[in-house]
Amino acid sequence: MEPLLEILKNLHPEIDFNTCETLIDDGLIDSFDIVTIISEINEEYDVVIPAEEIVPDNFNSAKALYDLVTRLEDE
Amino acid sequence: MLFTDYSFIGFLAVVFLLYYTLPKKWQWPFLLVASYVFYFIASPSYVVFILATTISTYLVSLKLDQLETRQKEYLKAHKGEISREEKKEYKAGVRARKWKWLLLCLFFNLGILAVLKYTNFTIANINGILEAFHSDGTLSFVDLVLPMGISFYTFQTMGYIIDVYRGTSSAEKNPFKLALFVSFFPQLVQGPISRFNDLAKSLFEIHYFDPKVVSYGLYRIMWGYFKKMVVADRILPAVNTIIQNPDTYQGGFVFVGMMFYAFELYADFTGGIDITIGIAQTMGITVTENFRRPYFSKNIKEYWKRWHITMGTWFTDYIFYPISVCKPMLKLSKFSRSRLGEQIGKRVPVYLSSFVVWFTTGIWHGASWNFIVWGLMNFVVIMISEEFEPLYRKFHARFHVKDKAWYGVFEIVRTVLLMSAIRMFDCYRDVPLTFKMFGNMFTNFDLSAFTAEAFLGLGLSAADYVLLLICLIVILAVSITEERKGSVRDLIFRAPAAWKYVAFGGLVLVVIVFGAYGIGYDQSQFIYNQF
Amino acid sequence: MKRKINVKRAAVPAVFLVIMLVLLYLLQRLLMPKYMSDIPEGAMVEEYYRETTDHEVIFVGDCEVYENFSPIKFYEDYGITSYIRGSAQQLTWQSYYLLEDTLRYETPKVVVFNVLAMKYNEPQSEAYNRMTIDGMKMSSSKIGAIQASMTEEEHMLDYIFPILRYHSRWSDLSSEDFEYMFHKDKVSHNGYYMRVDTRPVDDFPEPEKLSDYTLGDKAMEYLDKMRVLCEENGIELVLVKSPSLYPHWYDEWDEQIVEYADKYGLDYFNYEKLTDEVGIDYNTDTYDAGLHLNLSGAEKLSEYFGKYLTETYDLTDYREDPEYAAVYQEKIEFYHEMEEAQYEELEEYGEIISY
Repeated sequence: MEPLLEILKNLHPEIDFNTCETLIDDGLIDSFDIVTIISEINEEYDVVIPAEEIVPDNFNSAKALYDLVTRLEDE
Repeated sequence: MLFTDYSFIGFLAVVFLLYYTLPKKWQWPFLLVASYVFYFIASPSYVVFILATTISTYLVSLKLDQLETRQKEYLKAHKGEISREEKKEYKAGVRARKWKWLLLCLFFNLGILAVLKYTNFTIANINGILEAFHSDGTLSFVDLVLPMGISFYTFQTMGYIIDVYRGTSSAEKNPFKLALFVSFFPQLVQGPISRFNDLAKSLFEIHYFDPKVVSYGLYRIMWGYFKKMVVADRILPAVNTIIQNPDTYQGGFVFVGMMFYAFELYADFTGGIDITIGIAQTMGITVTENFRRPYFSKNIKEYWKRWHITMGTWFTDYIFYPISVCKPMLKLSKFSRSRLGEQIGKRVPVYLSSFVVWFTTGIWHGASWNFIVWGLMNFVVIMISEEFEPLYRKFHARFHVKDKAWYGVFEIVRTVLLMSAIRMFDCYRDVPLTFKMFGNMFTNFDLSAFTAEAFLGLGLSAADYVLLLICLIVILAVSITEERKGSVRDLIFRAPAAWKYVAFGGLVLVVIVFGAYGIGYDQSQFIYNQF
Repeated sequence: MKRKINVKRAAVPAVFLVIMLVLLYLLQRLLMPKYMSDIPEGAMVEEYYRETTDHEVIFVGDCEVYENFSPIKFYEDYGITSYIRGSAQQLTWQSYYLLEDTLRYETPKVVVFNVLAMKYNEPQSEAYNRMTIDGMKMSSSKIGAIQASMTEEEHMLDYIFPILRYHSRWSDLSSEDFEYMFHKDKVSHNGYYMRVDTRPVDDFPEPEKLSDYTLGDKAMEYLDKMRVLCEENGIELVLVKSPSLYPHWYDEWDEQIVEYADKYGLDYFNYEKLTDEVGIDYNTDTYDAGLHLNLSGAEKLSEYFGKYLTETYDLTDYREDPEYAAVYQEKIEFYHEMEEAQYEELEEYGEIISY
């Protein structure tokens, strides 16, 4: 979880990723951010997040994103 | 049949009455029939193409579904018998087969669109190249039909089949339901591009006559007609006068034309979508919103989240993401980061896929270089503002203007001007002329274009301008209210009951009297000059 | 109880609908051209419905009836009651439907049709269609007239709801539109459009040679329909061609009308060939240099034609009928007042301005 939070923090220092659960719904991160996040996750965790997993539910919070990464790691 | 034809309004009235008087289980099948009747009246030949797209998509969606089901059954049956590696391998095999079917479907449907819409554009370009090499041979153009709404329904079905492939949408087993999703008539003219998951539920549900829902729909329709007929169609002659005579109308006139076109396009497009969504709403069907007061955007990125929303999200979900997170792109990202440094390197995939998105967005709008350059101009502006982002942040940190009202207005005006300037590619005959006129707007600028005499020379009367100004104020007032207090229709319905009728009746009368439709009245035609 | 609520629920939208229809009707009245101070031809078709007495002679046709025959003169000289259902460039099918419309109100003894319109076989001008049809009261005849007359750009709905046609006049509205919303002034004398000014004849260009002189089938069809309609109602149909130097009435056309008249035993008079007998002098008797007769010309022609009518048909002398005499007394006064006013205007300005 820590490396992921680090990635997010670097991108948007002004957002509190520990608590925020509406990253997509409130438009806090946009499509450019998502692509950057995915490519950094790929570096960090060696996991490829496919396009079909890019849905609000998976990106609305750091927690949801981390769950997604662990799920994909498992498969 | 255009939205503004009498016959369309008649068609609508008949559909509406039958929709609520027929037995409820016939509601959606009836809409399918109505949609095909509508399409058939537009041109019988169109039906062939929409059928081809519907049938091919239906068959492939079933195939994808079957592969998925078989996989599930296989994995269930062999649970515990096969290793994780074997399971992974099996899944990859299924995925590859699904991928092939998907590609087949996409190529087929995109192929129809490409052949019909882009053949002559390709031929023109080949001829251009041949000419450049002083070749004598040229290819001749072919005569092709371009079915109404083909760009919209093709993209809508492509989105659907990709969703089925991804598993985010289940395959529709009833071919007639799928056919209705593809052909739903209010959407055929100019979208929006609906997603199956969004539209399907309310499209196939039973709907009882609910006076409030129906009145909301009727309001929406009339508001759409107001924007389209009173504003857009009235201002159009002035726009055409300016953009079709670039030799006469230069300098300040280019600016006037640009702003008039911004108003015209807004009123026409959002008005048309209002009519579409309103028609669906009168039948209890919810169609995705396509605009959210786009001219209040403070930057171009926001603008594209508020203008033609369903197209924007379509390109994001089905082109931008797949390209930017595919494996080769991730590799490229790694490579560029190691070579170009962290900051620049990580932008490479974003920029590359944005380029593709805006190129395709451009060409989707029309088969001409004007639209391609228009798309790429958007790309350029978005990239530049992205690069300036840190600079903006510093500026905003230093000067606390971000929450000042005047700065907000400045940002809005800046965005509108920028988008209107880019849209000039939509207006002028070709790309070089557009660039020339854009330059001319500054080099040749003088205030003579802003005199009463100049305005009256554009084909509109003083009364027309007064009317347009009033309409602008009304639209602005409604938009500001919606931005701040939410739906104006909710406000009207919360007000004393009489207002419901006054607002609706007023709108109807205004459209009938002030709409720019029909032959127009010119007294001199009536003067009995000969016999 | 439930029923009551339902009634109330339906009542409000119903009231709203009625109010909307009333408003639309008022707006329509306001926006339609009034044809009062300008282009009075547009007001003539409607004026017929204000007649309180019947007529024994009805004229149908274009300007060659409504500018060339004077019903008041017929009455003054012969006691003939007549009305001209004329309109600008009235086409043959419009004449037929106007006749059909007239027969809904009365059955004359004689119908006179001027044959100039036979040269047209197609709808000509949307504006002229309008001036003929808008004034008609709603009836199957009106619908028929619309269907037969529409040019390609026109739509039936625009005729049934004229507000759809004239809505764009919102920016041209004048005080006249408010003043005459519900009641119009009389502009004609039983359909006759009076002009007292004179413009001597000019040279007209030599008539062009036509490739085909056959009168069109649609025009012939409606002429025939008119004849049948008259026969069915026991009405005598008389064909005339008014004296005029332009537009040119070709001999080839004339022969076809003569032939048709002979075939069905109709009277046909081409007054272009009888100017000497009638006494028409193109230098003094037209107001637009040979196209249309002025008052002097129209009265000469009416005197001549009225004589034929009384001698040939069993017409009543209504001068002896007190009811008619009272009605016509007013009409005669209006006629001579206008005549005088026009002469005054002519003297003052050298031309006619307000008529």
